[in-house]
Amino acid sequence: MEILSLLGDGMLVALQPLNLMLILIGVSLGLFIGAMPGLGSVNGVAILLPITFLVPPGSAIIFLAAIYYGAMYGGAISSITLGIPGASTAVATTFDGRPLAMKGMARLALVAAAVGSFVGGTVSNVLFSFLAPLLATVALSFGPPEIFALMLLAFATFVGLGGDDIPKTVFSICFGLVLATVGFDQISGAPRLILFDMTGFLGGISFLVLAIGVYGIGEMLWTIESTRGEITKSEADISVKGIIEDTGTSVKKGWKGMSIGSFLGFFVGILPAAGATPASLMSYAVTKMVSKNPEQFGQGHVGGVAAPEAGNNSASTGSMLPMLTLGIPGSPTTAILLGGMVIWGLTPGPRLFVEQSDFVWGLIGSFYISNFFALLVNLTFIPLFIWMLRMPFTILAPLIFVLSIVGGYAAMQDMFDIWLLLAFGFGAFFLRKFDYPLAPAVLAIVLGPIAEPTLRQSLLLSSGDPSIFFTRPIAAPIMLVAIILLLLPALKFLRRGKSSRAA
Amino acid sequence: MRLGEIVTAGVLALLSIYLMYEASKNGVGYTVGKGPQGGFWPFWLGMGMLISTGFITLNWVRRVSPPSRSEEPVLDAFGIRTLILVGGGIIGFVALIDIVSMYGAVALFMLYYLKLLGRHSWTVTLPMVLVFPLALFFFFEGVMQITMPSGMSFTDPVYNVLYNIIY
Amino acid sequence: MKFWKTLIAGMSALALTAPAAIAEWQPRKPIDFVIMAGPGGGADQIARFIQSVAEKKDLTSRPLIPNNKGGGSGAEALILLNTTNDPDHTILVTLNSFFSTPIRQPELGVDIQTFTPIAMMGVDPFALWVHKNSGIETFEQWVDTVKAADGEYITGGTGSGQEDSIVFAYVNNAFGIESKYIPFDGGGAVAAALAGEQINATVNNPAEARGFFQAGDVRPLLVFSDEQMPAYPGVPTLKEKGHDFSYYNQRAVVGAPGMSEEAAEYYRALFTEIYNSEEWQNYLETESLSPLWMDADEQRAYWNVQVDNHTKLLEGME
Repeated sequence: MEILSLLGDGMLVALQPLNLMLILIGVSLGLFIGAMPGLGSVNGVAILLPITFLVPPGSAIIFLAAIYYGAMYGGAISSITLGIPGASTAVATTFDGRPLAMKGMARLALVAAAVGSFVGGTVSNVLFSFLAPLLATVALSFGPPEIFALMLLAFATFVGLGGDDIPKTVFSICFGLVLATVGFDQISGAPRLILFDMTGFLGGISFLVLAIGVYGIGEMLWTIESTRGEITKSEADISVKGIIEDTGTSVKKGWKGMSIGSFLGFFVGILPAAGATPASLMSYAVTKMVSKNPEQFGQGHVGGVAAPEAGNNSASTGSMLPMLTLGIPGSPTTAILLGGMVIWGLTPGPRLFVEQSDFVWGLIGSFYISNFFALLVNLTFIPLFIWMLRMPFTILAPLIFVLSIVGGYAAMQDMFDIWLLLAFGFGAFFLRKFDYPLAPAVLAIVLGPIAEPTLRQSLLLSSGDPSIFFTRPIAAPIMLVAIILLLLPALKFLRRGKSSRAA
Repeated sequence: MRLGEIVTAGVLALLSIYLMYEASKNGVGYTVGKGPQGGFWPFWLGMGMLISTGFITLNWVRRVSPPSRSEEPVLDAFGIRTLILVGGGIIGFVALIDIVSMYGAVALFMLYYLKLLGRHSWTVTLPMVLVFPLALFFFFEGVMQITMPSGMSFTDPVYNVLYNIIY
Repeated sequence: MKFWKTLIAGMSALALTAPAAIAEWQPRKPIDFVIMAGPGGGADQIARFIQSVAEKKDLTSRPLIPNNKGGGSGAEALILLNTTNDPDHTILVTLNSFFSTPIRQPELGVDIQTFTPIAMMGVDPFALWVHKNSGIETFEQWVDTVKAADGEYITGGTGSGQEDSIVFAYVNNAFGIESKYIPFDGGGAVAAALAGEQINATVNNPAEARGFFQAGDVRPLLVFSDEQMPAYPGVPTLKEKGHDFSYYNQRAVVGAPGMSEEAAEYYRALFTEIYNSEEWQNYLETESLSPLWMDADEQRAYWNVQVDNHTKLLEGME
């Protein structure tokens, strides 16, 4: 009961007029920052952190939470309308969001993403409120072997996402993983794969450079070329009635994905180092697996938008847990919030929930309120994004190119990365022509930097003995599930090979 | 397409070998007691890429994948034109950034695309060319506090004025 | 219309301030505030703290924009400063990899003596930590435990060749012990790995371990400072154990090579003001940092000493 009253106090504070105004501003600003390719909640939180010293600390937290939620909702917008995932967490949203938009159902996709995000955020807020201290101990028991097993599970779930051409999918995954190793070897500290001895590679290859190159440049060139420049503009109409109808449709068709995403996302999100990207991906894959019509996924299934959005939103809230209780930032954004807490004189750690309960519950309370207003603000702005899509393609296309380059520069602050982005874009254009799936490479470059160090840390722990993955109580079952999932498509492939040869 | 498919596979195989060569500089072995060396992970994944291109070649021989059956050219005249005009435009845009600054390059690229490729009227083009870069400037530099390249020194007077507005 | 009014006002303001700009150097655009580490670590926290103090007190006419370049133990940041085309607007928050990374990677072509000294904001001490469940109460017990484990004792810290591994290497040499070293992604991850008993010992900075220390999960056995630390009364220093070694992580701000003397003076005045602010002095105390104020010449001399020290320490690790 004490929890409820603390939580109630937190929410009441968030509902005061000044704070409510901050929430509305924060959510709207966050929405646009998140919708801009290359920018995400990390940018929003970073620039506003200094401003929070001008308002009372309570309001500052609320403002930051609002930005955080706004940006999480916004990530889906560029995935759906522009086809560019603005953050790694929104890659899975493009799988079905983009096809829906191409079919003229952008409004439905945007509504489904908003509703999915809301459900994910709400479920994880509730779980967070009641289970946080308990889960903190669970999170601590995840060492390098457990995290590696989890990454393997994430890979296993997306092997099936690549399409029919298995060698090309495998190529794409391996390519993404190799690109992720460029830069410095975290374990030995030595430079690695400095291609052509160019110093620009010392900084590594960011997910954003590959993703914006592939989707913002490569995919766009391919669209212009393959449609002979006569692309039909989206004819989705803008009406309040339509948005309400779409809300109903999203819930009806996407409830399964939303519930899977909400719970799975939360549990993956609370693990240190895992984060929202594998969460959204696994939510998508599991929803597809349990669906009665898995073949509709990738063609524009509402569940395929709702599931990853519920998953990433839920995980992003969940990732606050290791930050608050363990002092480990699960994402760059929480890292900056962590810095903020230090400046406010708060020490993240196991005692925070006891000693600074005002702060913690104020923060969680403002999560609830921000999440609700993020939904409202997002739904209000949907017509604007649809209107953008209705521009003639010869105006929209250069806008997308410019946003890709400017957004890419904003994120990387280095012209070398922009040239690299262009190189990936042109490469992706040709690979796309030959049916190479590129989403696996884009995801692999996110998961690789988590998988490789944890693998090597585990093997250092065990003096090189790989049995460490199968003898620890948490790692072993996850490993087994991952291996079974990895072998499934191979078995299917073999069986299909046999039957086709027989026929 | 059929020729393109095998050429692409060949280029990717060469890329895999190059990446494996680079990875091998960090040691690809497995030290007893310490686990894999720095190049182990990228080297064997590069091997995975190489093996995949082998299977792609096998599928090409067996004519399994759609591109390996298609006799259409990879790029027809329209495709080549698009790639040169649009792709070339983007390259030009990026090349101009260091000379006329990010926002200047955006303005020139918009002018090129809207007027020459899109054939829009001046009443559509001009506002886009002027307003869009300025809007980006105020969003990135003013609101987000992210600085973009300001090009060569001749743009300084303009930026001094703009910076004085936002700070 | 408002826009044009502002524009005209801005232009006239520019015309008026132009003579003043000659008299005293002022930044003309946002200052690239490069951080030699990823988000969340000690250096990052300090950079953001400095930024917020500057913002709160309105000390600069153009904002400090934090820019995390932690790749390759800070090599990325050093290269950025070395090659910047605008040295007057580029400054760097450093840690000890400022010394060790150029020694370990001569191919980077970075000579830190070409950098411009600005301010030494303080130094961050190290302590040896174990989990409370280990039952180890004293440093002597710890040495015996590590010896008994015969190379299987697991320690952890930040990347190989960085500060934490240097401290462990020194301790191992000094006491003739051997242990495994697992590199992690940053101080926060190291502290959590110890709290979760994934590893047996760390040499975290006090700030990194503070949350778990307050909760009683981890225990300091030894500090690597010159004298005992007020935050951990009764915890001995390594010097008391008969080895003349102390080790601190520097929290200093340096300017890019080739920064003009006027700009350097501007930043020195700025950071002196921040250093003397109540906020920074409180921060030093709560985060258990030691003050170590130095002027520009002293900083250069300090760099020389540290480069020599690190060269020796890194040789000892091989």
